[in-house]
Amino acid sequence: MSRVSLEVNGASVDVEVQPNTLLVQLLREKLDLTGTHVGCDTSQCGACVVHVNGQSVKSCSVLAVELEGAKVTTIEGLAQGGELHPMQQAFHEEHGLQCGYCTPGVVMSTVDLLKRNESPTEGEVREWLEGNICRCTGYHNIVKAVLSCADKMKAGDASAAE
Amino acid sequence: MEPSEQKAVRGVGHSVRRVEDDRFIVGRGNYLDDVKLPRMLHMAIVRSPLAHATIESIDISEAMALEGVVAVVTGKDLEAHKLAWMPTLSGDTQAVLATDKVRFQGQEVAAVIAESPYVAADAAELVEIEYEPLDIFVDPYKALENTETIIRSDKEGQADNVAYEWEAGDKAKTDQLFAEADHVVKLHTHYPRSHPAPLETCGCVADVNGATGKATIYLTSQAPHAHRTLFALVAGLPEQNIRVISPDVGGGFGNKVPIYPGYVVATAASLLLDAPVKWVESRSENLMSTGFARDYHMDGELALTSDGTITAMRCHITSDHGAFFADAQPTKFRAGLVHICTGSYDMQAAHITAKGAYTNKAPGGVAYRCSFRVTEASYIIERLVQNAAYELGMSPVEIRRKNFIKKEQFPYTSCTGFIYDSGDYDASLDKALEMLGYDEIMAERDAARAEGRLMGVGIATFTEVVGAGNSKEYDIAGLKMFDSAELRVHPTGKAILKLGVQTQGQGHETTFAQIVANELGIPPEDIAVGHGDTDNTPYGLGTYASRSTPTGGAATAVIARKLRDKAKKIAAHLLEASEGDLEWDSNKFVVKGTDKSVSIQDCAFAAYTNPPDGEEPGLEGVHYYDPPNMTYPFGAYAVVVEVDPETGEWEVKRMVAVDDCGVRINPMVVDGQIHGGLTEGYAMASMQYIHYDDDGNCVGGNFIDYLIPTAVETPKFELGETVTPSPHHPIGAKGVGESATVGSPAAYVNAVLDALQPLGVKNLEMPVTSGRVWEAIQAAKAAAE
Ligand code: FES
Ligand code: FES
Repeated sequence: MSRVSLEVNGASVDVEVQPNTLLVQLLREKLDLTGTHVGCDTSQCGACVVHVNGQSVKSCSVLAVELEGAKVTTIEGLAQGGELHPMQQAFHEEHGLQCGYCTPGVVMSTVDLLKRNESPTEGEVREWLEGNICRCTGYHNIVKAVLSCADKMKAGDASAAE
Repeated sequence: MEPSEQKAVRGVGHSVRRVEDDRFIVGRGNYLDDVKLPRMLHMAIVRSPLAHATIESIDISEAMALEGVVAVVTGKDLEAHKLAWMPTLSGDTQAVLATDKVRFQGQEVAAVIAESPYVAADAAELVEIEYEPLDIFVDPYKALENTETIIRSDKEGQADNVAYEWEAGDKAKTDQLFAEADHVVKLHTHYPRSHPAPLETCGCVADVNGATGKATIYLTSQAPHAHRTLFALVAGLPEQNIRVISPDVGGGFGNKVPIYPGYVVATAASLLLDAPVKWVESRSENLMSTGFARDYHMDGELALTSDGTITAMRCHITSDHGAFFADAQPTKFRAGLVHICTGSYDMQAAHITAKGAYTNKAPGGVAYRCSFRVTEASYIIERLVQNAAYELGMSPVEIRRKNFIKKEQFPYTSCTGFIYDSGDYDASLDKALEMLGYDEIMAERDAARAEGRLMGVGIATFTEVVGAGNSKEYDIAGLKMFDSAELRVHPTGKAILKLGVQTQGQGHETTFAQIVANELGIPPEDIAVGHGDTDNTPYGLGTYASRSTPTGGAATAVIARKLRDKAKKIAAHLLEASEGDLEWDSNKFVVKGTDKSVSIQDCAFAAYTNPPDGEEPGLEGVHYYDPPNMTYPFGAYAVVVEVDPETGEWEVKRMVAVDDCGVRINPMVVDGQIHGGLTEGYAMASMQYIHYDDDGNCVGGNFIDYLIPTAVETPKFELGETVTPSPHHPIGAKGVGESATVGSPAAYVNAVLDALQPLGVKNLEMPVTSGRVWEAIQAAKAAAE
């Protein structure tokens, strides 16, 4: 067992973990943050994507002990002050989810995409999503949601700048 | 107290945004693995590494010695409770934990129950099992020929590896038409073994309370009521003490219809240990042991006259079921509804035969996003029709138009006994061709060919049969296929609707509320929809085979209408008018020719505060709907591809899908279902494949070997619609969740074959991988030299 202190969704967390405890296990089992899902055992599905220090990572492939001092954001921490993140709003508007199992990972992943590239092309969105599997939507409306979110965020920035 | 204010009704036809999203987009869904109970133990399953072998010995001592292990269960332990075997949904039996021998790689042999999932998994590795290998059969044809090695030696009287034999249609008439035919087109093809692979795997938390005897079983279930009854029958538990709760389900696609050994062992363990037991499959366990789909080897033939009129069809199917016949088929129909394979075409006779084989592969044969083998049926006819067009020198459009069942012929009785409810096949094909710009595309294809490029256009015009029952013909394990809805309207005009069907992403909480809104005028946001808890919903057979809207949706419409009739009596009382003078206007009763009205909310309030004399108070009821017929959704799909002659890679340039599912309740949700289905159709056509090597090793037991499409490969879709209501469904709707998986594989494959037509390539097997295409190109070139 080793101790690790980190920040999860803005709250400090100080826990004992095994050397082989994965971040996804820490989140789901110790912190009861069950919005982060597990869909595979080979790091391919992306249902487990969260942000570590602002960047999207597959939480099934990160050891908890490596996260001393890190800032972790999960899907539960994305909405701020009761306001959905524009990406969450866009997924709802564009019907970008069906069973919802892939959704937390896809949303966390694409929020990171827009931080890196505020106006991605459709092709860039699809390329970025390569590490996220969805079995329900055929990606069609996921891609639509991301593009529409990008448009709205840019429009929001533009009006804020005026 | 005042009833609620009036709001927009937004019933059928509105793209209402989904209420279920509220919890899913913030990570507050409650899926099976999120269920955590006090004192909960965890189970891991020990599986066979071999495909066929007798079990010589099992040593659990090392596993038991590991700290944190509570119990190790073997087949012998279950045998003592008569639980070593269980029935399948197709009338066969399946080993819960193997006692005599193992019959496929990944079969359940023992289970470890421990304080944590990690200890359970570690201990599972310590269970020592000695096996004596037996001959392995992975080829169904070889298994069927063989009578030396009987895979199902457990079954009394089983002297071969035949699981079942079945036929439909008229052999004599079909033979005669084939004898008289000017032309016969033949195709032997394999619809390969696939796996639905919902993103959430299967699992359960069994919680049998030793004090009360109440068994609460949280289950990734598409059919919680049927599963409750089967638990009662298999485990001998009193049914009133069993509560199956299907929480949020992360996709099903048929994978979550059967009962799996893990559920039974976890329940037995919970009963014996008096503690909740959780079992959640890993992805590889999911792919290797639960509910595969397809694996139909098909020999199809069409008889035609020289002008291209199809007169008859023959099809023989060799189906590979693996070690246990664990489809979920209606009892009468051993090969499912594959006899819908005459498709959209008017022919005089057909004869369909099927022979099921036991092999050393995982059991199943589930209807993966499909109504009982309709996918295989649609594939064979749409491939045959395209081949017929080539062989007769007709265009694939012309031959279809010539043979379509015409609009005036509905209701149409097919030569295999289906009564198609409604259709307009010409209109849907017209629409698809118009959206595609067919003539221009064909000109473009021909120009590309002239340049030596391999461009192809593929068409599929499918007809499905979905929404079982009627209950006279259709059942699962004897349970009749009706469905139900219970509607309670509260004094403030808000309502709760409870369903016997179970959503796995289809959006019932939104769309079924819209049906109520349509019939009763209560806005969807004022209606809470409940499902998936057998203690709190009326009985139903569950969600698969596109049956929720045809059965549960119909039940919802009917119960809403019954409550509206009652509300009318209340309205007459409130308005001091006679019922005959009242008119229904979307959400209120109006006294004809006046502006006097009462809203449905007023009526609901009065049902509890001021009911008419002699009228039963309250406004609630339940309806069990037994459909008079199935529904027959249809559509026309057109795909344009370009094949790279150097690598065999093929790319979808266009995918146009015109669907007719009757009246659309929520167009946004319908489109979403079609997107998903088109993607799974593409997946089947291009990459998904669960393959076995000669030693019975499963190749495809994880997401590295089992390829599924990401956003990168998945095509963009262009959707269109025609609307031909079902004449017998209360709101004219048909099922839609599976149309695109059923209809699209043939369209993709036909497109690639069309591209390779100039080279003389006649057949490609799914999945049409770039390797297979490349080989076909090389073989065609070699043959031409
Ligand atoms: S759980 Fe599949 S990538 Fe992490
Ligand atoms: S919405 Fe079901 S897996 Fe994506």
